[in-house]
Amino acid sequence: MSDSLDAAALLGMLRRMMVIRRFEERAAQSYQQANVGGFCHLYIGQEAVAVGSISALRPDDPIITAYRDHGHALARDMDPRYAMAELFGKLTGCSKGKGGSMHYFDREHHMYGGHAIVGGQCPLGIGIAFGIQYLEEDKVCVCYLGDGALNQGGFHESMNMAAVMNLPIIFALENNQYSMGTHIARGTAAADNLPAKAAAYDMRADACDGMDVQAVYNCFAKQAALVRAGEGPAFVDCQTYRYKGHSMSDPQKYRSKDEVSEQEQQDPINKLVNHLIDNHLCDQSEIDKIDKHAKDQALESVKFANDSPETGLDELFTDVYSQPYGPYKKGDLPLMLRERDPGDR
Amino acid sequence: MREIQYREALREAMTEEMARDSRVFLMGEEVAEYNGAYKVSQGMLERFGPKRVVDTPISETAFSGLGVGAAMYGLRPIIEFMSWSFCLVAADQIINNAPKMLYMSGGQFGVPAVFRGNNGAGGQLGSTHSWSVESMFSSVPGLKMAIPATPYDAKGLLRTAIRDDDPVFFLESERLLGFKGPVPPPEEEYLIPFGQADIKLVGTDCTIVAMGRPIHFALQAALELAKEGIHCEVIDPRTIRPLDIDTIVASVRKTGYLVVVDQSWPFASVASEIAMQVYEQALDDLDNKIIRVNNDDVPAPYNRTLEQEMLPNAKKIYEAVRAVTYNA
Ligand SMILES: Cc1ncc(C[n+]2csc(CCOP(=O)(O)OP(=O)(O)O)c2C)c(N)n1
Ligand SMILES: [Mg+2]
Repeated sequence: MSDSLDAAALLGMLRRMMVIRRFEERAAQSYQQANVGGFCHLYIGQEAVAVGSISALRPDDPIITAYRDHGHALARDMDPRYAMAELFGKLTGCSKGKGGSMHYFDREHHMYGGHAIVGGQCPLGIGIAFGIQYLEEDKVCVCYLGDGALNQGGFHESMNMAAVMNLPIIFALENNQYSMGTHIARGTAAADNLPAKAAAYDMRADACDGMDVQAVYNCFAKQAALVRAGEGPAFVDCQTYRYKGHSMSDPQKYRSKDEVSEQEQQDPINKLVNHLIDNHLCDQSEIDKIDKHAKDQALESVKFANDSPETGLDELFTDVYSQPYGPYKKGDLPLMLRERDPGDR
Repeated sequence: MREIQYREALREAMTEEMARDSRVFLMGEEVAEYNGAYKVSQGMLERFGPKRVVDTPISETAFSGLGVGAAMYGLRPIIEFMSWSFCLVAADQIINNAPKMLYMSGGQFGVPAVFRGNNGAGGQLGSTHSWSVESMFSSVPGLKMAIPATPYDAKGLLRTAIRDDDPVFFLESERLLGFKGPVPPPEEEYLIPFGQADIKLVGTDCTIVAMGRPIHFALQAALELAKEGIHCEVIDPRTIRPLDIDTIVASVRKTGYLVVVDQSWPFASVASEIAMQVYEQALDDLDNKIIRVNNDDVPAPYNRTLEQEMLPNAKKIYEAVRAVTYNA
């Protein structure tokens, strides 16, 4: 582990990882209680990827990701209450209960969504990066994707265009080795040589231990600086692992319990806790306090979601058009934004 | 009034809007250095430079999705498809992402992008290259769709499309690019609001609704029919989403007869939709059933005679009006 991060920064990252972990545990419980519908993909095990990379960015660097998006939203400091309310399909949700687990958005925090078509966010990501370049801004777009998206045409077209146009983007591969039940080696050519994917587009490749938040941080800090310096786009392989099933309905026949428990030894949260304790950067009571706070926040988010009003029928025909006609109506922004930004719209 | 080509009208609309708003840019295959595969964007690179008139690789998924992402980010992209036939490889970006983003994000991210290009049979290009996408795509809520038939409408509608805050599918016609018509000079700025049909010909005896290139076939047919004492009212909705059904219904109430012309396949088509809406709103005013004139329900053939037979034409419209008004 590198020691370029001070204790405060590390504790900040620990706090965010714990918020995600505890949130996801409550999300799973709420799903089992049938308060959450649809597909729900948990981020447990992968926390270091979102937290490490986002911590290395500036708050206004845009990010975009796939459907396993709770972690990214929370790492970007979305209030867990709005995140949970979205799962419950409530009006107070980050997408007003119209997006669900797979479609979190947060304009305030420059989070351009949760996108549920595998690889579909890659072309959008280069569009955001194009916008940065067009407006001559000093920003970097990070576009996250799963290893399954490596085999989508949109990913390859986007890599090519990003390279050809020298766009300010980092393709952050969240390589958890599986796309549903398919191990990367079964579905992806050159799975043991992923830099080749970037090389095909003459793009810089990098990799990091996605179970080590400091390694992720350092890798993204370096790559973001290179992108900002005009060195062009990058592809980063974040080697990680998801501890839970693909979604809530996955019997996980495709991997052994041993494999999972072996990976659990690498738990990114434990790893950071051990580092903090071993290096006397904080004591156990401080860690317990952070964890307690994360648990409280998660519990509070469930309470908030429960107590929130359903998205009403009057919302069915809003937000279809920015300039509505006929049966359509203009909608209000989500509570999340109105609370911060009452004058908007 | 001066007369200009349909393609020049499109170019003027884009040029004027780009001069007016620095967030507007044009992107697509061969739009810049080649000056446009069909010369619609001729001279625009020279005027606006490569930052705003942007050539792309042949990657419809990437560049149409780029347009969606850039629009979410606050720009106002005009994405040119060399032909709408080629948009199909980008379907996920244009019909899954663009029109749903605002809704899925609870109103946070709109997509003010224009997707434009040639639509409809170009002339013996075979089935892969002869798509008319209006029926297939107009069923998707969240997008708007314009389909101009004249240079005047092309310019006015495209300006509106570029200023619109929603994704607009703008369906042009290769066969009309060289078609000339009156358009006010650039200093006389005009916009054509969406959802406002244009009565291309006033008549009393039968309503013909057509959009895009078939408008011209309808007008031809109407000319013939007038000689025989049947005065048709030819209505061009100009936008399919929103659809100005009121103007169509008002005309049907007057004439009692309706023929709907639509250059896409008949099954679940715009023509079917218009017919159904008229049945719902004006059944008692109809003196006969409604007749649709669509493409024949087959892939577009290469053979010239077969292709001509497959497409709507003046003769088919003439016969349809004759058939529907037999009891007048
Ligand atoms: C185009 C498309 N095909 C199939 C699916 C169904 N699907 C959802 S997630 C998934 C696996 C994706 O795995 P990966 O990209 O590795 O992401 P992870 O779940 O590991 O985060 C599949 C096949 C989809 N959403 N989109
Ligand atoms: Mg995966």
